[in-house]
Amino acid sequence: IMSVFSEVPQAAPVAVFKLTQDFNNDQHPQKVNLGVGAYRTDEGRPWVLPVVKKVEKLIVHDDRLNHEYLPILGLPEFRSSASKIALGDDSPAIKEERVGAVQCLGGTGALKIGAEFLRRFYNGNNNTKTPVYVSAPTWENHNAVFANAGFEDVRPYKYWDAEKRGLDLNGFLGDLESCPAHSIFVLHACAHNPTGTDPTQEQWKKIAEVMMRRKLFVFFDSAYQGFASGSLEKDAWAVRYFVSMGFEMFCAQSFSKNFGLYNERVGNLTIVARDGDNLKRILSQMEKIVRTTWSNPPSQGARVVAITLNTPELFSEWSDNVKTMADRVLLMRAQLKAKLQALGTPGTWDHITQQIGMFSFTGLNSQQVEYMVKEKHIYLMASGRINMCGLTTKNIDYVAESIHEAVTKVQ
Amino acid sequence: KGPIPHSAVLQHCSPAWCLCSSWWGGVQMGPPDPILGVTEAFKRDTNPKKMNLGVGAYRDDQGKPYVLNCVRKAEAVIAEKKLDKEYLPIGGLGEFAKACAQLALGADNEVLKSGRNITVQTISGTGSLRIGANFLSRFHGGPRDVYLPKPSWGNHTPIFRDAGMQLKAYRYYDPSTCGFDFKGALEDISKIPEQSVIVLHACAHNPTGVDPRPEQWKEISDLVKKRNLLVFFDMAYQGFASGDIDRDAWAVRHFIEQGHNIVLSQSFAKNMGLYGERVGGFTVVCKDAEEAKRVESQLKILIRPIYSNPPMNGARIATTILNTPELRAMWLEEVHGMANRIIKMREQLVAGLKKEGSSHNWQHVIDQIGMFCFTGLKPEQVERLTKEFSVYMTKDGRISMAGVSSGNVGYLAHGIHAVTK
Repeated sequence: IMSVFSEVPQAAPVAVFKLTQDFNNDQHPQKVNLGVGAYRTDEGRPWVLPVVKKVEKLIVHDDRLNHEYLPILGLPEFRSSASKIALGDDSPAIKEERVGAVQCLGGTGALKIGAEFLRRFYNGNNNTKTPVYVSAPTWENHNAVFANAGFEDVRPYKYWDAEKRGLDLNGFLGDLESCPAHSIFVLHACAHNPTGTDPTQEQWKKIAEVMMRRKLFVFFDSAYQGFASGSLEKDAWAVRYFVSMGFEMFCAQSFSKNFGLYNERVGNLTIVARDGDNLKRILSQMEKIVRTTWSNPPSQGARVVAITLNTPELFSEWSDNVKTMADRVLLMRAQLKAKLQALGTPGTWDHITQQIGMFSFTGLNSQQVEYMVKEKHIYLMASGRINMCGLTTKNIDYVAESIHEAVTKVQ
Repeated sequence: KGPIPHSAVLQHCSPAWCLCSSWWGGVQMGPPDPILGVTEAFKRDTNPKKMNLGVGAYRDDQGKPYVLNCVRKAEAVIAEKKLDKEYLPIGGLGEFAKACAQLALGADNEVLKSGRNITVQTISGTGSLRIGANFLSRFHGGPRDVYLPKPSWGNHTPIFRDAGMQLKAYRYYDPSTCGFDFKGALEDISKIPEQSVIVLHACAHNPTGVDPRPEQWKEISDLVKKRNLLVFFDMAYQGFASGDIDRDAWAVRHFIEQGHNIVLSQSFAKNMGLYGERVGGFTVVCKDAEEAKRVESQLKILIRPIYSNPPMNGARIATTILNTPELRAMWLEEVHGMANRIIKMREQLVAGLKKEGSSHNWQHVIDQIGMFCFTGLKPEQVERLTKEFSVYMTKDGRISMAGVSSGNVGYLAHGIHAVTK
């Protein structure tokens, strides 16, 4: 029988996962993985948060719990507590009962459901031509999420200034001023991926002013709350500011990193609406979208998060766990910069401590990256992005020396 | 200049600054989900004798959700292992995919031996169907038409439609016999344009409970082959229909044996009671291992922008059960037990109706298989059953047998007789 799939072409592998695969296959004793964005301890090991272990035990021993379907929109106590984390316990929008949420499969799932909704309902009932702006650069999956949701015009907005190794605010504001009205903008709430460069509060205010005036849609991607500065409140400042400005907006939240629940796929799409009536209708349509995508979300991870957020002692323990992770990253940043400076590595390395969150855009060019990978067995993305969590007190000297070599030997 | 208080915003309604209009003013209220609507109404009812025969989730004879013992044991085993929570690959847990395919096809299946299948972990049956539909939409060169049996699971239509396919139907259920319209099915299938996609329920058809007999499956297979149709099997109830996992997979295995390169969706929601953990698989049977690799790479490209990678918990549980001999044996017994309880309830319902003095032929209640029963009740009769007896079911006359217990089967028989005599 002739195959219906004989013409299916081989697709290229997803770069970040291929990197990890290559790392795994490498036998070199000093190899280092600075690729995929997952937290590692100083022993280079994954870390299941102590509070998560505690809560999982509680769940296993609770005979009242079973494996029944969650509602389509997810576990109610998860959705509300997750939204509170983003918007604050005393959020006026929550008090005004115009905040809703959809539990989703990780941050990706939240972006997906939000994107599908926008394509159907945002500006008229067919938004395939509505421009969606993502930062240049951005998490590589942003493009695909919106494209697959049917948006035909996904464009970059200026963000990273490679020369000054910082935010190109004028470029960003320029794009906000000149883009078509009603464009959708994907904003990183904190700890920008991949650059680690966030707008300051003053800069966010300027961004918000233009977006409000030009009626642009705000879609926050919040994958690192707590992880950037160590403070949940501080990391949520931008999101809360925009809410206080009166925007109707979406915020895709991920609990993969700040709860270390990567493979349980815990995400939340927080919806800030104009009023309760709008919210009700929005949620009813969200249900329809969810129903044909995954019917209802997985229960395990959402339960862990809900129990933690809703139990004061556990919440406190979680905040400490988050701070532990953030502090280790800050320490590695400080040490890497210090070592590069001590080595006299050409260039300025302030950006390593100025950038925030899991990632750093080192500024290494693609040839230098290739050198790092092939000659030194240090795996990082072709963009020069490194995951700070891959650094440990044991490998940081090797990495610093290797960067020094790459910069001095390879142009 | 600080944040503007909400009340001030509402007063500020000049055209350049009008914030009181909403982006979502034109969003209509979506229709309530018919099945979940049944449960909502059931919850509000205060009648102590009320019965929820709506949603298809298994209940034990006390009407309670049933967590399988093999699941609890598997969870304990997993907890001991102190595993990390690192991302799974896009296609999910490898050992799960392997065990999942083996369960459906049989461990000694030639397809598995030659490595010409690709199986990925999915978000239960819905997620599997959606990935499959997306894959077909992108790569199937044939017509965009997907043929569903009439009737089919309500969610099939919007899933395929959202993926960009078009829906058509072939005759399946015969309301005059409450059985299989074999002749009608063959007639309709013989007219389906070549290379179209045909969806077949592997066993325990939802919503009717009406399955073809093996000889009928054979004829369907021959005809489908003649028409050169692409077969999409939906198997959400393996083990749950007859109590025997191999028997329930017979049609799937027969089609493969006959040379159909099928695509297959599997769910572990019901047969392992893992509903909320979202455990499923999607399989493409390819020409050879090389094609399977290409198809796999494209499935990953499809999955990544939807949810990146699937949830671990349920897949771990399922894999542990399938790959640990004592747990697998325990599971087979428990699945058998669940199926048997359903079969017993069917028999007791018919016996009860006879006892009530019903003159109708209720044989179909016993002939139908799986969780659901298409009673043959008309909408007006369903409405009366709900209003007068607080028995909740969907308007099409479908009841979930799982909601029936030895404690309430008599009451149900009484109610059904009352509205049909």
